[in-house]
Amino acid sequence: MEREALQARISAINAAVTFEEGGEMLNAFVEPAECRDLLQTLHNMDDLAFDYMFCLTCVDWKTHLTMVYHLESTKHRHIVVIKSKLDRENPEIDTMSDIWRTAELLEREVYELFGVRFINHPDLRKLLLSDEWEGWPLRKDYEDPINMIKL
Amino acid sequence: MLEEVAVNDTGDLIINVGPQHPSTHGVLHLIITLNGETIKNIDPNLGYIHRSIEKMCESLSYRQFIYVTSRMDYLSSHINNHACALTVEKGLQIEIPERAQYIRVIMDELTRLASHQLWWGAAAMDVGALTPFFHAFREREMINEIMEETCGARLTMNYNVPGGVMADIHPDFQRKTKEFLKFFKTKLPEYDEMVTGNIIFQNRMKNIGLITKEDAISYGCSGPTARASGVSCDIRKIHPYSIYDKVNFTESIQTSCDSYGRYLVRMEEMRQSISIIEQLIDNIPEGDFQAKTKAVIKLPKGEFYSRVETARGELGVYIVSEGGLTPYRIKFRSPGFSNLSALNHMARGQKIGDMVAIMATLDLVIPDIDR
Amino acid sequence: MDVNNKNPNQEPFPGDVHPTASGGIVVTKLDDVINWARSNSLWPLVFGTSCCAIEMMSAASAKYDWSRFGFEVARATPRQADVIIIAGTIVNKMAPVLKRLYDQMPDPKYVIAMGACATSGGPFFYNTYSVVKGADHIIPVDVYVAGCPPRPEALMHALISLQAKIKAGGRPEKMVIEHFYDKATK
Repeated sequence: MEREALQARISAINAAVTFEEGGEMLNAFVEPAECRDLLQTLHNMDDLAFDYMFCLTCVDWKTHLTMVYHLESTKHRHIVVIKSKLDRENPEIDTMSDIWRTAELLEREVYELFGVRFINHPDLRKLLLSDEWEGWPLRKDYEDPINMIKL
Repeated sequence: MLEEVAVNDTGDLIINVGPQHPSTHGVLHLIITLNGETIKNIDPNLGYIHRSIEKMCESLSYRQFIYVTSRMDYLSSHINNHACALTVEKGLQIEIPERAQYIRVIMDELTRLASHQLWWGAAAMDVGALTPFFHAFREREMINEIMEETCGARLTMNYNVPGGVMADIHPDFQRKTKEFLKFFKTKLPEYDEMVTGNIIFQNRMKNIGLITKEDAISYGCSGPTARASGVSCDIRKIHPYSIYDKVNFTESIQTSCDSYGRYLVRMEEMRQSISIIEQLIDNIPEGDFQAKTKAVIKLPKGEFYSRVETARGELGVYIVSEGGLTPYRIKFRSPGFSNLSALNHMARGQKIGDMVAIMATLDLVIPDIDR
Repeated sequence: MDVNNKNPNQEPFPGDVHPTASGGIVVTKLDDVINWARSNSLWPLVFGTSCCAIEMMSAASAKYDWSRFGFEVARATPRQADVIIIAGTIVNKMAPVLKRLYDQMPDPKYVIAMGACATSGGPFFYNTYSVVKGADHIIPVDVYVAGCPPRPEALMHALISLQAKIKAGGRPEKMVIEHFYDKATK
């Protein structure tokens, strides 16, 4: 599906979605509460069929956090990027791990590095860091004077 | 980490495999729940080589961070560097000279060959055949010598820069590569004789580690792991980058969904790599090996994503830039991370000895998973 | 029983007693023979964390064969190994594991820190929150090898230096690293 057609189709599903101009891939912003329904529809509809999630990450923009989901369809070969702004004090969003199984480990990684809590995740615990680690390392305000030596 | 061997309420045994174990895959710690010898659950415990590369790259300049990524998936280090250079070039919107693109693709395919050779030796060693390891390393040394003459290093060749390659190829490069290809083409039938047709090897690999096509896509598997289940996912064919749209090669797909299928996919990929290099090696055009860029690179504000096909699967480099001298956020989408998440699904219900055979064909490189 | 616990009724030993790290043996010329035997049959532990492990495997394979020098048998278990070659970066989560492996090895044991990461943190020195800046924060190291990754010949030079260190038996003035190419040209 072409970019404009994809944009129109997503607006038809959820009219509150805003789009970003320019960029190589189609970027769509959605509220965290509606994110899961939108992604579920994108996965289930036949003409969209986004069955391959190839990247799940989070970006820390000092005032808020943004979850970024990169989706591709193996049938139609179109790509869309869904973003969702989270509150910095209490970042919470629904889990996507029952729609795409790859999200299970990816969400655990985002949890331990950024502190985003995923509601209904089957097994949310630390993956890469040791269990006693305190703090969210990849946030911009993370200070570690013992280990991190400034360049 | 578990301090002692535990038996839980249902009488299952919980054992640790790793982080230091003789399979040469790196430091992976698996907590396996066994019922007798049958696996009930595998829980990977990662992080033993988590070197915080993503945080570190936020303080390195755009020219510097490329070389840290060669240490991530060190067996296809050139392809990693290629991905980072492509992302930076997307941001700068510069045109790469044709000569540089040809050189990059030839080096990519040589790296892929070297990685698959090491995989073949290590996979045979994991299931018990110790001799193919030495055969594989003999061929790999020939590629390392070719790389060393041109790039200066054997394993982590820091050869790509944003704009092209760092230096022109050595005058002996084409001759030595052609000699190596001639030698290696006589060796591939030997590999088939030694390992592929061996009845013991086939019994250990066939019908082990099954994963269906829908599950492979859902788990995000890519590369040979997914292609053995019939998923057509070669980034070189679907979203071609560099000059991959000009070369003729077939994507190697199997439909058997098991370990033996993954093995056959990689053997076929080696043959396709040889064919790609043969098409390109004599036709390298004259010209610049590097486009002109400023000494200090600043990417404009925005987000850039580029995908390449490494020897293990799809690598994605996602750069968020705020217009400064260093990237604001870098995320590396590593192929091993998603392939590992399918291990639990693949190994359930099989025996503990089969788990080693599955890991051998998944071809995991742990620093790639942990970053 | 410690070598320094002297029984007051016992006659003095007819030789020198050096309290060496391995618990102490009666030393005469026997020490030289024992050191020679030890150095020529060191069994490394299979321990590679990252990229340097590939160069270690290259050093073990047919082109740069290290079994010429006695390192033939690479053991997977630390209980049967003499030397641990730390090939790769050590991070905070791996450090207790490394210490436990080192403790499990029987005396006399030796450590080679291979590569820039094991020597001092390497390329991951600045701005990382999880890397141990050098393996010698965890265990004592005998030989350091520079390089990222070091060539297999550099690792062989380190192995030969370790052999020379063992033959010298703790006396630095006696340490001689034989340069085989010097001998060949003479």
